[in-house]
Amino acid sequence: MNLPTSIDATQALLSSAGYVADRALSTVVFLSLKLKRPLFLEGEAGVGKTEIAKVLAKSLGRPLIRLQCYEGLDVAAAVYEWNYAGQMMAIRLAEAGGAVDRERLESELFSERYLIRRPLLQALEPGEGGAPVLLIDELDRTDEAFEAFLLEVLSDFQVTIPELGTVRAPEPPLVILTSNRTREIHDALKRRCLYHWVDYPDAERELQILRTRLPNAPEALSRQVVGFVQAIRKEDLFKAPGVAETLDWATALVELDAVALDPTLVIDTLGVLLKYQDDIQAMQGGRAKALLDEVRSSGG
Amino acid sequence: MSDAPAGTGRLPDNIAYFARALRAAGVPVGPGDVIDAVEAVEAAAIGSREDFYWTLHAVLVRRHEHSALFAEAFRLFWRRRDLIEKMIAQMSPVAPDKAPRKDPNAGALRVQEALSPKTERPKPKITEEDLTTVTLSVSQSEVLKGKDFAQMSADEVAQARRLIASLRLPDDATRTRRFAPRPRGRIDPRRSFQRTVRAGGAIDLAFRAPRERPPPIVALCDISGSMAEYSRLFLHFLHALSEQRRVHSFVFATRLTNITRELTRRDPDEALARASARAQDWEGGTRIAEALHLFNRHWSRRVLGGGAVVLLFTDGLEREVTPELTHEMDRLRRSCRRLVWLNPLLRFDGFSARASGIRAMLPHVDDFRPIHSLSAMADLCRALGAHQPRGRAPKAWLRDAS
Repeated sequence: MNLPTSIDATQALLSSAGYVADRALSTVVFLSLKLKRPLFLEGEAGVGKTEIAKVLAKSLGRPLIRLQCYEGLDVAAAVYEWNYAGQMMAIRLAEAGGAVDRERLESELFSERYLIRRPLLQALEPGEGGAPVLLIDELDRTDEAFEAFLLEVLSDFQVTIPELGTVRAPEPPLVILTSNRTREIHDALKRRCLYHWVDYPDAERELQILRTRLPNAPEALSRQVVGFVQAIRKEDLFKAPGVAETLDWATALVELDAVALDPTLVIDTLGVLLKYQDDIQAMQGGRAKALLDEVRSSGG
Repeated sequence: MSDAPAGTGRLPDNIAYFARALRAAGVPVGPGDVIDAVEAVEAAAIGSREDFYWTLHAVLVRRHEHSALFAEAFRLFWRRRDLIEKMIAQMSPVAPDKAPRKDPNAGALRVQEALSPKTERPKPKITEEDLTTVTLSVSQSEVLKGKDFAQMSADEVAQARRLIASLRLPDDATRTRRFAPRPRGRIDPRRSFQRTVRAGGAIDLAFRAPRERPPPIVALCDISGSMAEYSRLFLHFLHALSEQRRVHSFVFATRLTNITRELTRRDPDEALARASARAQDWEGGTRIAEALHLFNRHWSRRVLGGGAVVLLFTDGLEREVTPELTHEMDRLRRSCRRLVWLNPLLRFDGFSARASGIRAMLPHVDDFRPIHSLSAMADLCRALGAHQPRGRAPKAWLRDAS
């Protein structure tokens, strides 16, 4: 599928894959596609950053390549590695076969055959229907050294393998980087990207998301769920629930055949919404009920 | 300029002026960004003021905190020049006037000054951290001083600073998930293979083991009035530590300010000058519970990874002791590997844990130490070592005082 040609088309494209994006996000996604610049998304956990990459890949019909970052991620796990066991075996076989032509053996050992492609290298190769979508998820979990390495990959879209030469992407992949902001990402990397802070959606958009993703949920329940989640985000919590939690909660409630919220139901299922014991404790003992009453009285 | 007929020819100029205004307001925008912005605006084929806003935002803003400054600058700049309306009028019949703004007041003063620098008012400095904490300021009487460290200086202080810079942290490394070549450990297939191929013949095994790294240090430094004599030298101490390992530094009195970036400046005087400009509440009153709350809520999960050691530098003289203080201390302790309380009051021989704030905080710390002298600082450095014997148990102070 071709890239969208306007902000409106981008918004339509995202919504066709079930992602309800506001104007700001659509604009920055469109620009990223148009200007072929990586898109750097920051925001709290569970606001739908990763989802954007998935939806883009799905709606554009491109393969999605995901690089999940973690502390200790290195080039061997992110770009490529040689298949040592296979190479070792080849050497042994060659030796067993008698005289060894070292040069030939070496050029064979360091050929594509023994190359294990990791996500970044995969992303440089053209996929069906165009360049793939490369998702570099939770970049804040890696260390600075890897960030510096990424800088190089993202500006040139090429990787040098000493034994094979340089691999260059014929068409740069569509890159989405996400960060939960557990630490600051270096400005040098951000400078190469378009930046967007993904916020919690407002009530209207969250309801729209719920309707899109859970069409079988009763309308009254959806409204109450959204109203309650919006209210609970304003509370002084250690970790406010994200959109992912809203969806989980609504799914759980639908599974429980609920048609409307009541205090017992809310308290029993709080664990789906809140992930810290402190937060759950703060909501129990009347606070949840008070919030629920507010939501109900406001017609949510 | 504003009277000139608006056209796309004017667009690059205007974006350049706008970028300059943003820069003056404290949003770092480089010349390359201006080119990018012009390109982006042309690529986006603007249909509305909102699109124009978000297009510029996508290119010129790289930190969430700058959004509010951007919003204010955008509102003032493009309103005054009356330009977008003209531009949009050329492109579309409707010009909806709804620039989305997160916080209508945040950064307004600073941006206004950036746009009209002639005003002679003393400049109140609003930093990005303030945007989040400005609503939390405690009272009218809060002392908002851009305190100059240099004025607190004396000969001994200069001497002490040199000694502080020479303090060395012990080797208290913890294991990471990365591997490094080691003479023994697990077999390293890659290097084994490389060696074997190079030498030919028998397999030459290489080994690797987890790499070790010292845990980060997170310092929470009380800069309220009662701590003034010590906080400056303590910041020098932090600056010296910052050169040796990853240190996240925060100062608090009535607000909480992250000064990590400022302290990474190589020159200590410049670093401290920047830090003092950044924190607005020097020598104000203290609200320890609130500062800890802000830290726990906004920063702990970001900076306490990797087994961080927290240095809490305060005298613990909280005006009103609430259950929140206990709660926040407990939360802090459970989020870090080790919580060390550095209290200058311990310099007094007859110190006794009588103050209610101190009594509330003591049960939650792993270590309770003085920090008033160079030797106390050197002791602290040694005590951070992984296998050092712990000093007196903090709770023993409570028994003594009761």
